[in-house]
Amino acid sequence: MPFIKDKALAADSFTAVADDAALADGPVLVSLARFQKDRETLLARNTAIGVRLKSDESPELLGEDVNRLSLVALEFPKFRDGRAFSWARMLRTRLGFTGEIRAVGDFLYDQLAYQHRTGFDAWELPENLTLDDFNRALAEMTNVYQPSADGKKTIRELRAGL
Amino acid sequence: MANPSSQVLTANRLNDGTVLYRKADGWVLTLAEADVYDDKPAAQAALDAATAGLTRNEYVSPYLFEVRRENGVIHPVKEREIIRAAGPSVRADLGKQAQGV
Amino acid sequence: MAEPNMYRYDEFDAQFVAERTAQFRTQVERRLKGELNEDQFKPLRLMNGLYLQLHAYMLRVAVPYGTLSSAQMRKLAHIARVYDKGYGHFTTRQNIQYNWPALVDVPDILEELASVEMHAIQTSGNCIRNVTADHFAGAALDEIEDPRPLAEVIRQWSSLHPEFVFLPRKFKIAVSGAPNDRAALAYHDMAIEIVKNDQGRVGYKVLVGGGMGRTPYIAQVLGDFVEKEDILAFLEAAMRIYNQQGRRDNMYKARIKILTNALGIEEMRRLTGIEFAEIKKAGTLQLPKEELDRITAYFAAPAFETLEDAMPSGDAAFEAWKKTNVHKHRQPGYAIATISLKPIGGVPGDASADQMDAVAAIMDRYSLGEIRVSHEQNLVLPHVRQKDLPAIHAALAGFDLATPNAGLITDIIACPGLDYCDLANARSIPIAQDIAKTFADLDRQHDIGELKIKISGCINACGHHHAGHIGILGVDKKGVEFYQLLLGGSGAEDASIGQIMGPGFTEHEIAGAVERVVNLYLAKREKGERFLDTYRRMGMEPFKNVAYGEELYAVHQG
Ligand code: SF4
Repeated sequence: MPFIKDKALAADSFTAVADDAALADGPVLVSLARFQKDRETLLARNTAIGVRLKSDESPELLGEDVNRLSLVALEFPKFRDGRAFSWARMLRTRLGFTGEIRAVGDFLYDQLAYQHRTGFDAWELPENLTLDDFNRALAEMTNVYQPSADGKKTIRELRAGL
Repeated sequence: MANPSSQVLTANRLNDGTVLYRKADGWVLTLAEADVYDDKPAAQAALDAATAGLTRNEYVSPYLFEVRRENGVIHPVKEREIIRAAGPSVRADLGKQAQGV
Repeated sequence: MAEPNMYRYDEFDAQFVAERTAQFRTQVERRLKGELNEDQFKPLRLMNGLYLQLHAYMLRVAVPYGTLSSAQMRKLAHIARVYDKGYGHFTTRQNIQYNWPALVDVPDILEELASVEMHAIQTSGNCIRNVTADHFAGAALDEIEDPRPLAEVIRQWSSLHPEFVFLPRKFKIAVSGAPNDRAALAYHDMAIEIVKNDQGRVGYKVLVGGGMGRTPYIAQVLGDFVEKEDILAFLEAAMRIYNQQGRRDNMYKARIKILTNALGIEEMRRLTGIEFAEIKKAGTLQLPKEELDRITAYFAAPAFETLEDAMPSGDAAFEAWKKTNVHKHRQPGYAIATISLKPIGGVPGDASADQMDAVAAIMDRYSLGEIRVSHEQNLVLPHVRQKDLPAIHAALAGFDLATPNAGLITDIIACPGLDYCDLANARSIPIAQDIAKTFADLDRQHDIGELKIKISGCINACGHHHAGHIGILGVDKKGVEFYQLLLGGSGAEDASIGQIMGPGFTEHEIAGAVERVVNLYLAKREKGERFLDTYRRMGMEPFKNVAYGEELYAVHQG
């Protein structure tokens, strides 16, 4: 599937590791349960770690460890489940997470802009979407009314000439 | 007479929402013209065919509903389908009833 | 054409709505081409107010906080004529619905709306819905501040809010600026009451967790006094908790009222407080005074003439109308006039294109080009000169718009019910018509006084049956319509949830049952008591004893 990082097609450097599989070499992406189980080993390896959170798993469950991660993948189990928008926002604000936030699972073209706004910066795109689609989706609305994690100037700020 | 399992298949046209009824492999606009499936397997087969055809993006939400026939006229059993087949009961000038059906 | 004092789009608002319209146009195209299936398209079309109902599509257009200009009213009439079947339906949430638009025409309709600064953004779907407000805003005698500037601020903040467009369930916000609650605050997911604190400072009391539907709840206080500049941060904090923790496994348990009651209001306050502090620290959501002032300026009071209070008199028809449909204005010599959309035997809330045009002309001539849509499905001329009232009454009468029944028993709220709605169990409109005919006699209506009847065609409660002094809920019994009677609800500042009386009535029995209940009230009321007061004093039992009548009583006992 197309992988997008920082608004460009990219190669995914992380290996997704199933809960019962052996850890691969190099950067790995594991579930929260696996991370909690093998926390010591993972943190001792000195390679980048990614954790994949289900939509009912708050990033707060990662505790202080969150900022030792390079990647948090947030899952959309069904596109109608919008919890990950708020988890991403929480990661970027309250938890101060600066690593990669990746959208995975079932989501639509029409949600890409909202994901981008709330702090996602990487996407495992659905098979039918291309980089062109991605760029078009982000450009559909020029201005926004409310601040979010993208730091975009709001209409209020533009009005005030800020 | 009332056959407890007599059913008609309905849907809405995608581009304008118009209520449709199944006849053979196509759709008609009035209940009077619709096919009545007198046994469950036939009804289910029609629904399955219509569900498979959703990918053609011509209609949406196909489903079956119960009818009874009196003197060759098809009557829905439930109030909902009576109103759907006719139009709003409070506006005789609107809906299928207004088109003389 | 008179230009009312109301919010006007600037270049940014105009561009936003134009781009949103273009976006929806491509969504429709993708659906027709099959790039989106119905399952994927449905939440997208709902976010733009487009439903598939019993007979056809239905488009719900927002009337933000209920305020319309005459140019907008004319556009609504035009859309009804050109794209629909010559009428529209005003709803209990200050929207207007068209019952017959074709999907392929909806992008064009949205463009027409955008040309008069209107839209259908977030009038449905699991997002923050059209923000509603007191329909007497800016004119009411008891108002602390006009609620509409804040409602406009919230409208903008909530429009395509990236975090809150795929919430667990729909989210309704109302704002009121007066102690007399005309916006049904207690029944909203969140509601804001403009209040003055002990030091005389104006701020916001925030309520959370009210709602109707399957499990009705009266909202509780989330914040006693939120400073004006903090309001968006506070709302966003609560919304974030809801989006993260609201249930998604069962749509009947997904509203914030369920979360609030599961967590308890204390915990809800604590969680909101933590998030609020965090958002405040970031500072980006602070609402600068200049911005609120800027928006408030749009809603400035019109240039009223200096007049003396002098209510004109007229014939019996005018006097009857004046008594119920005319309310005190805070400006001497002016009045607020309610246009009833409840003619006896009509469809509550419906207006024809011709009626809308007639109203637009009256707005221009007599009401500074402005009108309000009330949650009671009526229209309100907010600023009319008392001396013009007879002329207004005459003009309205010519279009069957002068029914003198505002607030009376025939001013019935009814949802579209099974005549239009795909989710309905039973019809609402014919029941409203039956009851209105039963009580058509004007003297009798006046004798009965304030009595709010509210009818819903299913448990979703769009007709607010829980909040009716008398509520009626349509249910389905094996494909046949049945009606439950509820007594004692209120959507005003004395909010309460109506109680179900007992077994349901058939469509032919229900009007008679209501009549017997009302007759008992007339027989038992004490001086000054409204129906609701008598019910509260006497309780359900005596009303139940008469409602079923002798014949029905035997049937239900047997
Ligand atoms: S209350 Fe039920 S029947 Fe009435 S409009 Fe709402 S969903 Fe439809």
